[in-house]
Amino acid sequence: MPDTDELRHNELLQLVPKAEAKQSMKDFKSDQEVRWCPGCGDYAVLAAVQGFMPELGLAKENITFVSGIGCSSRFPYYMNTYGMHSIHGRAPSIATGLATSRRDLSVWVVTGDGDALSIGGNHLIHALRRNVNLKILLFNNRIYGLTKGQYSPTSELGKITKSTPMGSLDAPFNPVSLAIGAEATFVARTVDSDRKHLTSVLRAAAEHSGTALVEIYQNCNIFNDGAFEVLKDKEQAAEAVIRLEHGQPILFGSQEPKGVVRDPATGDLKVVAVTEENRSQVLVHDAHAESPTTAFALSRLADADTLHHTPIGVLRSVERPVYDTLMSDQLDAALERDGKGDLGSLLAGNDTWTVIG
Amino acid sequence: MTSQVSSAAEKADEANDAVLGGQRAPLSGTTGTTGGDGKEVRRLDRVIIRFAGDSGDGMQLTGDRFTSETASFGNDLSTLPNFPAEIRAPAGTLPGVSSFQLHFADHDILTPGDAPNVLVAMNPAALKANIDDVPRGAEIIVNTDEFTKRPMAKVGYATSPLEDGSLEAYNVHPVPLTTLTLEALKEFGLPRKEAERSKNMFALGLLSWMYHRPTEGTEAFLRAKFAKKPEIAEANVAAFRAGWNFGETTEDFAVSYEVAPASQAFPTGTYRNISGNLALSYGLIAAGQLADLPLYLGSYPITPASDILHELSRHKNFGVRTFQAEDEIAGIGAALGAAFGGALGVTTTSGPGVALKSETIGLAVSLELPLLIIDIQRGGPSTGLPTKTEQADLLQAMYGRNGEAPVPIVAPQTPADCFDAAIDAARIALTYRTPVFLLSDGYLANGSEPWRIPETDSLPDLKTPFATGPNHTLADGTEVFWPYKRDPQTLARPWAVPGTAGLEHRIGGIEKQDGTGNISYDPANHDLMVRTRQAKIDGIEVPDLQVDDPAEARTLVLGWGSTYGPITAAVRRLRAAGQPIAQAHLRHLNPFPKNLGEVLKRYDKVVVPEMNLGQLAMLLRAKYLVDAHSYNQVNGMPFKAEQLATALKEAIDA
Repeated sequence: MPDTDELRHNELLQLVPKAEAKQSMKDFKSDQEVRWCPGCGDYAVLAAVQGFMPELGLAKENITFVSGIGCSSRFPYYMNTYGMHSIHGRAPSIATGLATSRRDLSVWVVTGDGDALSIGGNHLIHALRRNVNLKILLFNNRIYGLTKGQYSPTSELGKITKSTPMGSLDAPFNPVSLAIGAEATFVARTVDSDRKHLTSVLRAAAEHSGTALVEIYQNCNIFNDGAFEVLKDKEQAAEAVIRLEHGQPILFGSQEPKGVVRDPATGDLKVVAVTEENRSQVLVHDAHAESPTTAFALSRLADADTLHHTPIGVLRSVERPVYDTLMSDQLDAALERDGKGDLGSLLAGNDTWTVIG
Repeated sequence: MTSQVSSAAEKADEANDAVLGGQRAPLSGTTGTTGGDGKEVRRLDRVIIRFAGDSGDGMQLTGDRFTSETASFGNDLSTLPNFPAEIRAPAGTLPGVSSFQLHFADHDILTPGDAPNVLVAMNPAALKANIDDVPRGAEIIVNTDEFTKRPMAKVGYATSPLEDGSLEAYNVHPVPLTTLTLEALKEFGLPRKEAERSKNMFALGLLSWMYHRPTEGTEAFLRAKFAKKPEIAEANVAAFRAGWNFGETTEDFAVSYEVAPASQAFPTGTYRNISGNLALSYGLIAAGQLADLPLYLGSYPITPASDILHELSRHKNFGVRTFQAEDEIAGIGAALGAAFGGALGVTTTSGPGVALKSETIGLAVSLELPLLIIDIQRGGPSTGLPTKTEQADLLQAMYGRNGEAPVPIVAPQTPADCFDAAIDAARIALTYRTPVFLLSDGYLANGSEPWRIPETDSLPDLKTPFATGPNHTLADGTEVFWPYKRDPQTLARPWAVPGTAGLEHRIGGIEKQDGTGNISYDPANHDLMVRTRQAKIDGIEVPDLQVDDPAEARTLVLGWGSTYGPITAAVRRLRAAGQPIAQAHLRHLNPFPKNLGEVLKRYDKVVVPEMNLGQLAMLLRAKYLVDAHSYNQVNGMPFKAEQLATALKEAIDA
């Protein structure tokens, strides 16, 4: 994981003015009363973000949170930064306009599984492929909360909800797989209740140049309580969670150690019991691998139904030119080539005639 | 060919020409000089030419070049490109016909003309598709090479119209354009197909001779266009010159025509020819410069608006950012995001795109940020007629959102006027912190006319200060920033952009408390905010409506947008015939000028011609309880002056 010194070396972050004084979590709390349901996982994420922001050390007036619609999208109201609570699904497009026109801002998008993957799916994939300098926090609770409990595009098949009394019929998205397929340069997954892991992932996302997608498994205690219990309960988590760390062998399990190896027959990844014989074959996680193939294969290890073998951590983090930078470079190149635009000569063009009175 | 028009009617532009298609001589005596080639030269006051051919024949380019020659010669002019939505419809078919009409004159004109005096038909389909618009006595130049069995059969000609007498009423010039072009390009050794493509330049050369157009511009243009293929450039120049020489030498073309520059029609100044979309693009760039704000265009390609995206993307050295989004919604989303960040945000689209952007426009109304929504209207509903014109988005612009979401509307009236309209729309958006609609249409977008290039220092100052510090003192004396505390004059809220220390605030689409901008579900507050947003738009300063009424008429004709040209031409006809009629034209559709109600009540009759089924008339009736009489046309084409004059006369007499 990068430390704060590395953050200071991120080229794009250098464009954002630094805070003059040392900041604390308090500086990032707005005066608005937080209105999520008591016990909602969003509280933990809010606290983690507010707690992490001082570490970034950016002038808070240069930080902007943009959200769509849904429970999580109320997030900007609680941050004492600039913020916009926009319309359903469109936050990535609005944030794109802001980030590409103001490179001195640190722009964060807060969205949910319905907002980002259903109504706003198109904007999400295009933001990812363009690699706009946005940090997207996708709160995934696998349910529609604000509209009171319909299934979402990440709900497991057969989900019984108000709109699907006999079970939902559509296969869920795996947001990490989707993001990798959409040419994302940074994809990570974390869990609301694990503050330390959540913070480490936020740090890695902030450090990344370009679009960073962070999927946060978040508990909706009203409409989908316990959806991620298997990843949170200590005993079960040891078997269910695959913690990824760059440069480390992918090992997990409590009693009997397990590991991820490549099946020589198919080339796919699989989970095996680790023995002395096969230990050397256990895959070492490479988040910076140029090819997205292995990251994608890792994302497919999770069982959509039981969440067994769910990888968390940074699946992919690679460098690719950032859209905002490319756009800005073109403006500079045009300036260099044509000189500063002169309105008078633009309007006159090359083909004029004069009428004398 | 000689004029039969009396001089009284002549004074009024387009006063009386539709019945006979022959070319008219100017007032100041007629005809009869002899040119350098020994052929007769006649002087005309104005001409309407229509180039028509297959979509692949390059008719738009031919028209553009003739227009450019004509503009540089100093005539007044007005153009009407008309092309199918298909890039290449099946060759030689009626749906594949593309045409370009150009009206030019030695005096001030207002429309591309009702009916062509000259039709250039590159194939049987072009003849068939256009012949109904051509008045008897007009000249028709046909490419005889294409009048063979199959192409004729394709469009239902059982016998050749060139031989069966059906064109007897016209002055037909049969020219084997393809053969002559191939002959002229023999020495270039080009493949036949390649050489054939230059036949439009042969036709252009012929017409350029007929009307004494300057040729240097076209030759320079061709050499620049094909700079990387000099052989093709020279072949096109050769075809162009061959066309000219053909006119000069062949006996079939016994007469050429002069149309003197329209120097008296124009105020002193420097002029250029400009299309509506180009003028609009320049207006947007100028607005950014005048406001000292970076211009940010978020857009998704759509006919007939895409040219603005293309044009703006060429001017990055003005600090212009263009973002081709994944869809219409993202286009306006990015523009709105940029506006939040302190840019002049613009989105360009046509009717179907407006439908998709509606929710974001509503958000912009709620956020009270400046934003320009440029709607180049086309035939609807749904995909409708992508390349044809219509004015049927007025009510969509006015009301097409959920809730009470008023948006100001500005409409340009001629192609060149798109420049001023864009600056005016930006003025309103910036001053009042509101999204603004600009309603242009396909006719203005693609049509062109001479434009007096403005002095840049004569353009308005659009600078709008951002908020820099607290604007409110709490009871306990604390200085705070309230994002929804309004300017008492304009009711605009402060524009506080990210990066400004101490003004951190959150905005959104949920109803906000007056002043603080915090979320509020309070009933009385919502009532206040809805009324305040409406009052802000109602209070926008727009100039009073000017009425042109030299003879104290009893009937007023009131239009908006691109109908200005045809309505004014029709009014001139009526007045020339001794019929008084008053005319007024709306630039601002929301809010209406303050004196509009009073103006309407001054007249016994109010006639409202629109290229829709009566949308402005409906607004006038609703707001002013006036018995506005609609005259409508929704055929994808602009009104014709003659037809409009007849309709207005009937309304007056009714």
